[in-house]
Amino acid sequence: MEAGHILLQNGAEISRVEETMERICRHYGVDSGEFFVLSNGIFTTGGHGSDHSYARVQHIPVRGAQLDKVVAVNQLSREIADGKYEHIEDVEQRLREIDRMPPAKKWLQVLASGAGSAFFCILMGGGAADGLAAFVAGVLLYIFELYIGAHLSKIVSNISGGMLVVLVCLGCYRLGLGGKLSPMISGAIMPLVPGIAFTNGIRDIADGDYISGAVRLLDAILVFLCIAIGVGVMFTIYHGLMGGVML
Amino acid sequence: MIVELIAAACGTIAFALLFGVPRKYYLYCGAIGAAGWLAYGLLVGLTSVGAATASFFATALVVLLCRFTAVLERCPATIFVITGIFPLVPGAKIYWAAYYLVTDQLGEAVTSGFSALKIMIAIVLGIVVIFELPHRFFHLHFRRTADEAGGAKH
Repeated sequence: MEAGHILLQNGAEISRVEETMERICRHYGVDSGEFFVLSNGIFTTGGHGSDHSYARVQHIPVRGAQLDKVVAVNQLSREIADGKYEHIEDVEQRLREIDRMPPAKKWLQVLASGAGSAFFCILMGGGAADGLAAFVAGVLLYIFELYIGAHLSKIVSNISGGMLVVLVCLGCYRLGLGGKLSPMISGAIMPLVPGIAFTNGIRDIADGDYISGAVRLLDAILVFLCIAIGVGVMFTIYHGLMGGVML
Repeated sequence: MIVELIAAACGTIAFALLFGVPRKYYLYCGAIGAAGWLAYGLLVGLTSVGAATASFFATALVVLLCRFTAVLERCPATIFVITGIFPLVPGAKIYWAAYYLVTDQLGEAVTSGFSALKIMIAIVLGIVVIFELPHRFFHLHFRRTADEAGGAKH
């Protein structure tokens, strides 16, 4: 159960969650375990022979993903299947350790966001100066998302994130840092792009888990739309202020 | 092109860090991201196929590489797919669509919005097609790993 929780919360596909739980249960002699996994909840029942059965429903809020936890649980489930864990207590111990695995340091995340923005800016045809501007925008964006966006709803935080990126890029552009606005902005919005929701949504649908897949895809599409709205709003404000001057 | 490849690799690694991919897989993530971009760049540059078709084949290549790496390293393919796909996401197209929309150039807005949608669908198809390949296919090339891994999912 705990394994499923960690997997789901940190960006694994539905079929992986189900299969891992199934595998662990079988190994520990729970032969009538049934699972129903959705994108934000797990329903379990389990039992052994004629013993009274066990049922549990767990709600799992969607949260930021940490793929290293998925890797760790995957590894653990493999080791269980290989018979490395005799007692279930050891497994619980290990799961608690995995759950407590710290995310990357905040400043490192911020730096990575900036670097990612800069490199993608260059990828879209920007020069070194454009990359530098995108770096600044990416860093500011992630600081914003970490400290303010976390308290806002997803829609508002993505719209304001998109606006912030355009604001910073326009600022740099007006100050003469970077000459090509398009690669600057499209590079700097990359940290907002919902890669995990998008990829997992597609895979869930391909696996036939339509409900979870649809929810995740909707989430991804919503975020894409919000980014576009944020960018659009900021441009409208800018055009209004500058009296319709084309960029 | 070389600069672009390095940028694609470093950009992918930056996002790998952001998503908490374990450190030992950074190099694979970077290489896969760069390979995807290389395939996309070559297809668009050297042949007459459109951006959507190029995205499809580039995505297919990325996911193929991801699955091989996953079997080789015995870890979930998802972590490589999520990061490796990033250079192929049509971020610039989405930006232009929003830009044209607010500057009242509706024709252009529809064109770039629609082409972004086409690329997205191509990426979706690329992912789905390769994930439909049976698991055994990837094990044929790594018989040793296959024997050890048994039926475990990657």
